[in-house]
Amino acid sequence: MSLLKLTDVAMVYGGRVTALEHVNLTVEKGDWLAIMGPSGSGKTTLMNIIGCMDKHTAGQVVLDGIDLNEVTKNELTQIRRDKIGMVFQQFHLIPYLTAVENLMVAQYYHSIPDRKEAMAALERVGLADRADHLPSELSGGEQQRVCIARALINYPVLILADEPTGNLDEKNEKLVMDLFRELNREGHTIITVTHSDKVGQAAKRIVIIEHGHLRDA
Amino acid sequence: MFWQMVKGAVLRQGRQLLFVALTVALGVSLATAMLNVMFDVGDKVNQELKAFGANITVTSKNASILKDIYGLDNASAPKEYLAESDIGKLKTIFWTNNIVAFSPHLAGNLKLDGGSEVAVSGTWFDHYMKLPTGEEFSTGEQYLKSWWQVEGAWPKETEPDSVLVGKTLAQKLNVKPGDSISYVKKDGTKAVFRIAGLVSGGGEEDDQIVAQLPAVQQALGLEGKIDSVNVSAMTTPENELARRAAANPKSLSLKEYEIWYCTSYVSSIAFQIEEVIANSVARPVRQIAESEGRILDKTQLLMLLITVLSLLSATMGVSNLVSANIMERSKELGLLKAIGATDRSVVILVLTEIFMAGLIGGVAGYVAGLGFAQIIGHAVFGSSIAINMLVIPILIVLLILMLLLGSLPAIRSLLGLHPAIVLHGR
Repeated sequence: MSLLKLTDVAMVYGGRVTALEHVNLTVEKGDWLAIMGPSGSGKTTLMNIIGCMDKHTAGQVVLDGIDLNEVTKNELTQIRRDKIGMVFQQFHLIPYLTAVENLMVAQYYHSIPDRKEAMAALERVGLADRADHLPSELSGGEQQRVCIARALINYPVLILADEPTGNLDEKNEKLVMDLFRELNREGHTIITVTHSDKVGQAAKRIVIIEHGHLRDA
Repeated sequence: MFWQMVKGAVLRQGRQLLFVALTVALGVSLATAMLNVMFDVGDKVNQELKAFGANITVTSKNASILKDIYGLDNASAPKEYLAESDIGKLKTIFWTNNIVAFSPHLAGNLKLDGGSEVAVSGTWFDHYMKLPTGEEFSTGEQYLKSWWQVEGAWPKETEPDSVLVGKTLAQKLNVKPGDSISYVKKDGTKAVFRIAGLVSGGGEEDDQIVAQLPAVQQALGLEGKIDSVNVSAMTTPENELARRAAANPKSLSLKEYEIWYCTSYVSSIAFQIEEVIANSVARPVRQIAESEGRILDKTQLLMLLITVLSLLSATMGVSNLVSANIMERSKELGLLKAIGATDRSVVILVLTEIFMAGLIGGVAGYVAGLGFAQIIGHAVFGSSIAINMLVIPILIVLLILMLLLGSLPAIRSLLGLHPAIVLHGR
């Protein structure tokens, strides 16, 4: 069974603006897919639907055996919490919590905060020594690695990264991409949404989205 | 983790939450001051209103019946008297501390040396008495009739023949302070009143000789007897229960009777006076009792309105501050939702922060409000306002309502906060 299957998915805002149309996509476990396309093509919309942050208006989305058409808003939150790990372009760390506390917040809303486990996740991304620093005391690359550690902390079935290197310099971009490669090698399923050819090329598979339609690269 | 998040948020947004605390403090301080004054204003206004004289008249039962049935007044009807020795019992009733002053009266007519007849009233002016309870107490007309204008001096108990003469009568008799008036006692012997002062009060005293009680009792041959006692008591405004009880105390259930008896209604004080003074009828002077009630009700309503308005203003202030705060933090709160927080848990987090700020503001406001209450007490009534502990639970309930209502618009927008929109647009 595929980890993610989108069948004839459409997204129409306000009954007038069509963002996605007839989108069909299958992602297998352990896959690494890059979704590429120009601005306004529907990349973010597609990511929001896959990330359970928005609901499509037509078609079917099945994630890890759950038909997202059949779930309520609260259940969607629960699925997002249990199955998705998100990495944002803007990092989105809570500014008044330290790096390790940012990870523990994700644990808190999932189950029980465990500092040891959070420290292990930070160590995994090479930031154990920066655990007690606030986001404002970390570089962009470090913040993104904290964000990746947070995405991993609850053992998600899918890591969803939106322009993960969009705000990073070349050195940090390499660090983050190496981390993704390693995660994928370990069996994590990853979907990255990106403009960058370099990031796209790192994936096992690329799909292009244009005017709300998806096609293989 | 929850408290770490709250602590972090409180420390980071110290300034915004400080404004929330200040707004709450302002509202709570006004409410504290007004509520404390409101609870104490009853006694204060009562004390002020005591300047308008007695609010209960005690007469003998028979005299009262004759007056009720035939409209006969003391002067023309066959007289029944109260015993002067019973007066001290007024200060033995349950509401003894509410009895502020009283004075006995004995009225009659006396023949002057020249043959003319004048009305005379015997009373206490400033009478010292030792109560059956062992307490000491001074009372009399000087404590009751603050509006009397006396030209000359008030009579002293040490000078039993000293009197006040009503101004109208003094003009008729052509007398002034320092003069003497000769009169004939009931036993035919002659005696003299020395005029200590002339009195003008706008009532029957203007046409009377107001003399010391023992002198009038001797002159009329009624030693130890009095017609009536005027009592000034601090009372609670009458309500439906008090009105029903006044009509017939037996119509009340046992519980209602206990409430009525243990509340300082003018009717329950009057009832208790009848219990201790044999053969007496105690009647509230309705006009005064009702005026007191009306003034008190209006004063308390005004205080209540100021309290409500101050809390409403504070609620609106809190509402604006919290809404602005939520808008400012929309990304952070959207992120919490994105990583799996439910609407409920985000609302609880935000409410906890607001309630912590509100609690700090509430405590500060309460302390400041106690200070305001004392300022109001000294400025308006010239005395301190008693701190009423009942205000605390009322304020807690009002504070919770204020914070919940103030947070309501923010909570609404929080529930509508869509992580997909705030984090990276649609």
